[in-house]
Amino acid sequence: MIDYSRVQSAQLAMQNAAYLLALKELLFQLADDDFILAYRGSEWLGLAPHIEEDVAFSSIAQDTMGHAVILYEMLEELGAGKADDLAQLRNPEDFRNAILVERRNGAGEYLENPHYDWAYAIARNYSYGLFKQIRLESLHNSSYLPLAQVSRKMLTELNYHLFHWQVWIRHLAESTEEARRRLEAALEKVWDDIGDLFSLGPLAAHMVNFGLIAGEELLLQRWKEKGKEVFHSIGLEWPGDPRVPQQNGRAGEHTDDLVQALATLSEVYRLDPTAKW
Amino acid sequence: MAQQTSQLHEELLWNLLQEIKDPEIPVISMVEMGMIHDVSAEDGVVTVDVLPTFVGCPALDIMRGAITEKLGSVTGVREVRVNFLFEPAWSSERISDEGRDKLRQFGIAPPPRQYKPGEPWQVDCPYCGSPCTTMENLFGPAACRSILYCKQCRNPFEALKPI
Repeated sequence: MIDYSRVQSAQLAMQNAAYLLALKELLFQLADDDFILAYRGSEWLGLAPHIEEDVAFSSIAQDTMGHAVILYEMLEELGAGKADDLAQLRNPEDFRNAILVERRNGAGEYLENPHYDWAYAIARNYSYGLFKQIRLESLHNSSYLPLAQVSRKMLTELNYHLFHWQVWIRHLAESTEEARRRLEAALEKVWDDIGDLFSLGPLAAHMVNFGLIAGEELLLQRWKEKGKEVFHSIGLEWPGDPRVPQQNGRAGEHTDDLVQALATLSEVYRLDPTAKW
Repeated sequence: MAQQTSQLHEELLWNLLQEIKDPEIPVISMVEMGMIHDVSAEDGVVTVDVLPTFVGCPALDIMRGAITEKLGSVTGVREVRVNFLFEPAWSSERISDEGRDKLRQFGIAPPPRQYKPGEPWQVDCPYCGSPCTTMENLFGPAACRSILYCKQCRNPFEALKPI
């Protein structure tokens, strides 16, 4: 008899179809969030406000991409397919990332007139980072032990990312009137989308019942508590309750921004999926 | 008797691993970095459990290759298996005293002992030992390092992040 409060390996997880389904769905949410946001981060390479920031942001994106890799490898172990294929060959509707992470960085294309919005980069990465911290803390108690283990390691890295974005938020909030205005506008834009970040999708109840992760309400509540505390200490007004975007990324509904991102990032891989890297 | 042979074998393997350097800091070995968790040998199959410093460290494949090549050349070894584990998690606490000295000689300040997340991180210059240093960039040329500047001897240097 398998104890579903402590599932120690992929082999054990695969012996219960319902558990496996909920676990894979959760792993896709975690992996796709990190993967797509890291890709958006990589699109800032060479465009950040100064060279130190370029080094910092690309380092953060690299860590985040590394988290996605481990999660896709966990999915591979669970029989979901090859990790590289999962990242590069799935269709947009198979992605489970939140809408917030797929939005473009701003106007223009990376190679053509990129007029990206730095305040949006800060607001998005900070808000997401704060959520990721809470989600990872919850995953420390996950019934799937390989996930619980890697979540502890990821958190030590994320803390550095979060610290970095928090410094930036404070910078802009305490800088000129224009900087503050732009930050507030960016936060509004983030708030328009951030609602589905807290969603666990159609299998939410199964994930919670199997002890994979805490419930949506609890995650949202903790995020609000922490966020309000930080905003208050900086003297920023809390933008209110998160708003839910039209599409639900957790249910495979996405914007054209994701279609564009996937087409670009997988262009080379699709030329020859059998090539050795 | 058989057990004794196996132990001797493992000691040899540990010695060989000591020769494998961290691909990004070539003065320090993976053993000194505290990255080798366990080595075992059974029927010619050697298993090495490695603890990555960072989840997405791009040097992991290089490490796997170096370990496989080094231990694969030992007589009697048929196969080398390299596992990357996150339990126990690597922490900067695992770096040996010898490793810390080597880092300093290379111009990288070692991480503080018994660091607790959230505590202020005070870094002494690896060249002159002065505590009068400033953080230039929390993020450096590798995931595990930051860039600092010494106001005393006016050298830029790197420091290994405490995690």
